[in-house]
Amino acid sequence: MQALLGALGRLARAPLATMLTLLVIGLALALPAALGLLVRNAESATGGFGRAVDMTVYLKNGVTLSRAQQLATVARSRPGVASVTVISAAEGLRQFRKYSGFGAALAALKSNPLPNVLRVVPRPRASGPLALEALRRKFAAWPEVDMVQLDTQWVMRFNAIIAVVRRLVLLAAALLGVGVLAVVGNTIRLEILNRSDEIEVTKLVGGSNSFVRRPFVYTGALYGLGGAVLAWVILEGAVLALSGPAARLAELYGSGFVLRGLGGRELALLFGGGMALGWLGAWISAFRHLRSIEPRA
Amino acid sequence: MIRLERVSKRYSNGREALTNVSFFVDRGELLFITGRSGAGKSTLLKVIALLERPTRGTVSINGRNTGALGARHIPAFRRQLGMVFQDHKLLADRPVFDNVALPLVVAGTPFKDIDKRVRAALDQVGLLGKERMLPMELSVGEQQRVGIARAVVGKPPLIVADEPTGNLDPDLALEVMRLFRRFSEVGVTVLVATHDVHIVREFGSRELILTSGEVTGGSADPLPSLVASR
Ligand SMILES: Nc1ncnc2c1ncn2[C@@H]1O[C@H](COP(=O)(O)OP(=O)(O)OP(=O)(O)O)[C@@H](O)[C@H]1O
Ligand SMILES: [Mg+2]
Repeated sequence: MQALLGALGRLARAPLATMLTLLVIGLALALPAALGLLVRNAESATGGFGRAVDMTVYLKNGVTLSRAQQLATVARSRPGVASVTVISAAEGLRQFRKYSGFGAALAALKSNPLPNVLRVVPRPRASGPLALEALRRKFAAWPEVDMVQLDTQWVMRFNAIIAVVRRLVLLAAALLGVGVLAVVGNTIRLEILNRSDEIEVTKLVGGSNSFVRRPFVYTGALYGLGGAVLAWVILEGAVLALSGPAARLAELYGSGFVLRGLGGRELALLFGGGMALGWLGAWISAFRHLRSIEPRA
Repeated sequence: MIRLERVSKRYSNGREALTNVSFFVDRGELLFITGRSGAGKSTLLKVIALLERPTRGTVSINGRNTGALGARHIPAFRRQLGMVFQDHKLLADRPVFDNVALPLVVAGTPFKDIDKRVRAALDQVGLLGKERMLPMELSVGEQQRVGIARAVVGKPPLIVADEPTGNLDPDLALEVMRLFRRFSEVGVTVLVATHDVHIVREFGSRELILTSGEVTGGSADPLPSLVASR
């Protein structure tokens, strides 16, 4: 406790140096966190994987609407299926007219050429390429089914891009984590050199290595925590600055997407991670440099 | 309590500061170590306090060979030992109170006890009321007494003092030596290196005279076995 207060007091006494160190740590922590945030927001903007892989089941032309509804009920009971909507031939025609621009030409048709259709949304857990393919085959085997369409190509591309970015987040976090260790370690090393007289005297009166190390380790943890808080402030600022343009973009696409900042768990991870890195960096540095200061009265 | 057998210390520059020093000190004894400047008094105390390792020979304290103590056990060993340094070794940026309290803080003493004991120790060296002053604001003699208060505050069973009265006037010097004698009377073993032959004579305590790193006289008993083997 006393060591913690002492560490706080010393940080407050050199505000400029402390702020500079905190800024470096804060930026190092903010970068991977920002990338992580980007992935998360990209996922939510595209509606996540689950919604991205709708399956369209075209029934044969003679299949009636009531039979289609029966089939929908059967399809809903399959594991891996989240929801099934029936799009009747009439509804399909109306939508086609509205969006295709062939309205006038279609009006000339005497009968509806479109089949009844089931739109199947798989559960997120069953959205892997293999599970989707299995589901597609199941539906294709039904005698009433003409064909099953599944736009796997773009889903897989999206998955691949997200996987690359995720890996990038991990890589950035690892590299910058090492950077934080080095920054904290070096700061602590300088402080140990500055206070070598005090360390020597403390050892002379029987202070153990761990006793002497404690205030430095606390200082490191405080640096880590302070840097994490700063990273959080930076990220919130960025989210605030981007949320206006992002909302306009979402509006143009008719989406209800809202740019989100860090959630509770991510915040805990950022603060905990920052503190742990600061702690570890200071510990390693203190362990290495305190040993060399032995009293030579 | 303390037993040195044929202890020699050669510094890394080749200078032999102690040669074949052997003596024995009982628990509760007050022993003066005298000799000219450069005779090896400080070196002898450092070897006993494990601030230096002897090159040859053994030092045992309480029947334990200190040469066998690993680095891990040295802090605990130092907490059992009050040391007064020739150059004080005070923290310049900490008030007197913090300096004297340091051995207690290191040992994890509860705060309310620390306050009481620090005041008691400062009272013993006549510095009560100067707790909040910085060492720089004190006279050299006062700084020396802060160092003494720090050495005794933890009530260690062994006190090792290097020139504790070097900068004190004769009255104060006598006062401080009497303080050490009082400690020895309650069972604390005290080793004092000093130039002050008057005090040594007046106290009539045992004396060990060093000349160029060798014991050349005094009333300290050599080890019987060594006498026989000589
Ligand atoms: N760290 C060291 N490295 C090398 N030589 C040293 C070291 N410390 C002391 N010496 C040498 O060892 C000898 C004894 O020194 P020491 O400090 O023990 O003498 P002393 O009796 O305490 O003298 P003083 O009365 O002046 O304090 C001296 O010749 C000194 O030069
Ligand atoms: Mg000396």
